[in-house]
Amino acid sequence: METPLIEVKNLRKVFGHVVAVDNVSFAIQEKEFLALLGPSGCGKTTILRMIAGLEIPTQGEIYLKGRLVFSSSKGIFLPARERSVGLVFQSYALWPHMTVSENIAFGLKVKRENAKSIAKKVDDILAYMQLDNMQKRYPQEMSGGQQQRVALARMLVNKPDILLMDEPLSNLDAKLRLEMRAEIKNIHSQTGATTVYVTHDQVEGQTMASHIAVINRGLIEQIAPPKTIYRHPANLFVADFIGYPAINMIKGRTGRQGDECGVFVENGDVFLRTTYKDLPTGMNVVAGIRPESILIVEQKQLNSLEGEVRTVLPAGPETVLRVRCGGQTFSLLATQEISLSSGARIKMVLPPDSILVFEQESGRLISEES
Amino acid sequence: MKARRTFLSYSRFKNYIRRPHIVISFVLLAILLFIVLLPFAKMVKDSFVWQFADIRLSRHATPGELTLFHWKRVFASALTKNTLLRPLYNSLAISLSVSACAMTIGAFLAWLVARTDLPFKKSITTVAVLPYVIPSYIHALAWLNLFKNDRIGGAAGVFQYLTGLSPPDWLSYGYLPIVVTLSIHYFPFTFLLVSAALASIDSRLEESGEILGASRTYILRRITFPLVLPALMSSFILTFSRILGTFGTPYFLGTPVRYYTLSTQIYANIINRIPSVGYILAFVLIAISSVIIYLNQRLIGKSKSYVTIAGKGFQISPTALGRLRYPVLGMVALLCVMSVLLPFLLILWQTFALYPSDYSLKHLTLLFWIGEANTAFAEGEAGILRNPLIIGAAWNSIKLALTASVLAGLFGIFIGYAVVKGRHTRLSAAVEQMSFLPYLVPGIAFGALYLALFSHNIGPIPALYGTFFLVALVCVAKNLPFTGRAGITSMLQIGSELEEASETLGARWTMRFRKIILPLSIQGAISGFVLVFITVMRELSLIILLVTPETRTLTTMTFRYQEQGYAQFSSAISVLIIVIVVVGELLSRRLGRQGAI
Repeated sequence: METPLIEVKNLRKVFGHVVAVDNVSFAIQEKEFLALLGPSGCGKTTILRMIAGLEIPTQGEIYLKGRLVFSSSKGIFLPARERSVGLVFQSYALWPHMTVSENIAFGLKVKRENAKSIAKKVDDILAYMQLDNMQKRYPQEMSGGQQQRVALARMLVNKPDILLMDEPLSNLDAKLRLEMRAEIKNIHSQTGATTVYVTHDQVEGQTMASHIAVINRGLIEQIAPPKTIYRHPANLFVADFIGYPAINMIKGRTGRQGDECGVFVENGDVFLRTTYKDLPTGMNVVAGIRPESILIVEQKQLNSLEGEVRTVLPAGPETVLRVRCGGQTFSLLATQEISLSSGARIKMVLPPDSILVFEQESGRLISEES
Repeated sequence: MKARRTFLSYSRFKNYIRRPHIVISFVLLAILLFIVLLPFAKMVKDSFVWQFADIRLSRHATPGELTLFHWKRVFASALTKNTLLRPLYNSLAISLSVSACAMTIGAFLAWLVARTDLPFKKSITTVAVLPYVIPSYIHALAWLNLFKNDRIGGAAGVFQYLTGLSPPDWLSYGYLPIVVTLSIHYFPFTFLLVSAALASIDSRLEESGEILGASRTYILRRITFPLVLPALMSSFILTFSRILGTFGTPYFLGTPVRYYTLSTQIYANIINRIPSVGYILAFVLIAISSVIIYLNQRLIGKSKSYVTIAGKGFQISPTALGRLRYPVLGMVALLCVMSVLLPFLLILWQTFALYPSDYSLKHLTLLFWIGEANTAFAEGEAGILRNPLIIGAAWNSIKLALTASVLAGLFGIFIGYAVVKGRHTRLSAAVEQMSFLPYLVPGIAFGALYLALFSHNIGPIPALYGTFFLVALVCVAKNLPFTGRAGITSMLQIGSELEEASETLGARWTMRFRKIILPLSIQGAISGFVLVFITVMRELSLIILLVTPETRTLTTMTFRYQEQGYAQFSSAISVLIIVIVVVGELLSRRLGRQGAI
């Protein structure tokens, strides 16, 4: 196996008494696109800044392109300017006292390239980012989207092998964000630079990244490709954090009916069948099912529940239904036209193959093989 | 194993020390230790040691030995009443009265400008700040030119010239004139503070009251007033502490009738070569001032939630003054005339008077401005515009103000950088607090600290007393709290990402500082620079104990001439100072406006 391009081992960062990053390890291969995804304050930006060399970790090791750039045990710390990574800040961090050209040329001037080649590279990158004729502008005279492009250009002109981005799209409006998402994905595939991308927006993570690391309170909850994260969340936190509307969670106890394994729902004698081959009986669990997996049916059937529609929230091609059933409210996501109104009684099916079972105490997903 | 651990802690230390802001913090701490803490320690020590000059005072004195003599003399002797208690009482009485007067005038004016339909608000704001821009003792000189009587010594003022009546002592000297002139000087200070507080109130809070049907006076009483109350108390406290350390005015208006305050008493003791007693009185001043500022910090800390910076762009519709509009305008105009125009004219007139108490038009002269040296007159001194002493002093003043403002400004940028970069570390907090310390020390006491420390050599450093460097150093140190604060604010606004962006692009610290940090913070630094320039230009209490004939400035020349009874010379120099600081002030507003774009 080839050496990973970025490798982080047992990384830990403590601010005063607050543990911001706790024993984080991961490795990214060349050309991969890793999204660090998590709620605000979870430590994802701190991880990025430690990779960049802007923050000194309390403990751990960091390798970039096989080179040890930080090690607490060996006393090694390479400052940011010697790591040659590209970083885009959330605020863009464009220098207000320099023109667009001067901003972009800065890194090349630091490397003492000759003026001619600098001018050419700046013009090329401006053309590439569709910023022609903007050379003499100052950042504050530009729109948010243009500033974002300048920030990207300033980083890309140095052709770094590693791109680090800290919520670069969070200051843009919804439409522009969609555009820039495609743009960044495009840049990634064209440059082939290994990318670490910090975001709290799960859609951003899912649409752009080849891998997602879900981070919570300084810990990596799960690191996997987007599809795996969605279909097989490692635990309840990931299951709940990824997906909108949030996954439905039903507390219960494992059991069997005939040779079928399933979950007895807590306050009723409803038995939810699953496709699990083997489940230890009598265990406190949480059954999870995605809103779009629940189907509305005419007839009572296997795994069907009856409930009362509380609210109908149409949103373009989709409709979100909130359905009250037993002591619980379910979210349903319907993609076809729905002509229900609140108060209606419906039957819904929870297909056995869509049900995930988590241990209640630890929150861990029980894997199907066991 | 042990070697390895040593190696590790060494490389960890190396990584720690490699960060520029850490290095800067330590350098700053070392400098601050030298210019702030060391003088204080030396002053404490001197107060417990027999001084050479003490031989006159006590036959037990053995210079260099430890003694409680000075402390006993101040706190428990027959002299306590006159050395400590009277001056302390006078200082407190003056500070309280002036704070109350300045507060009332300043707050009322601030409300008029911020919340009513008074005409000419802009011009009023411009003019109302001027009394604070000129040195405080100039109002005292103007008062003397007007109300001096001929009983205390020297010539009588304009009042006696015009009416033929000799003003009573209580009108010429002492408590009343000090309070009036200082109030005139300090009301712009409270005016600015309260204006800022009023501007920071979210106008929607007042509008909500209006929507609910409350009357204007009810809103003022129940919403506006409680909201600005912390700011009012804070400006009261700040005014109080500033007046406590003021020297010029009580010296000119108090000492002729033996009305002493703590500050003039400190000066008198040091001049009479009982410095240790002066130092102990300075401690008393520092202690009171520290308690007051501590109270203020607590007050501000508690009421922070009151300051609601929002609703900008909105202004509550101004209260109509109605029939009172023009009478109120008249009152404000009168205040401006009395606080700015009248003092200036009195000073100016004095400079043209051939004989000190003769203000008649036929005896007007330009001798004191452009007269040649003539032994028949003013002990042979030439008019100020051709007097090498004055020109030397003017040059000194400008050199001093320039040096101090550039150095203090640069220091401020470094302080801001070190503090903001190291935010939430003990090192950063230490730098911030140390740079704030000079704020607690009243000017005259700060001068005394420097006198105590630098009159002898300290190790390899030669005695700095009598050098220009020392005077500049004290001005830099005293202004650090302001430039440091400004540096922190501007560095917080700049944010750390702009520097980090250049770091990830491979720039070394020197380049980052030169290309990013300095150009970005220079705009904020320029207005601070002008502020320090003006402050130093009009500084008297801080440097009066430290200047020597070679290093004298315009302000200390004013002081000497006034002491010698040449009111024309001191007035003429005052006019010069006024012109310089007012031009500086207007210039800084220009720059400020440009900087805001």
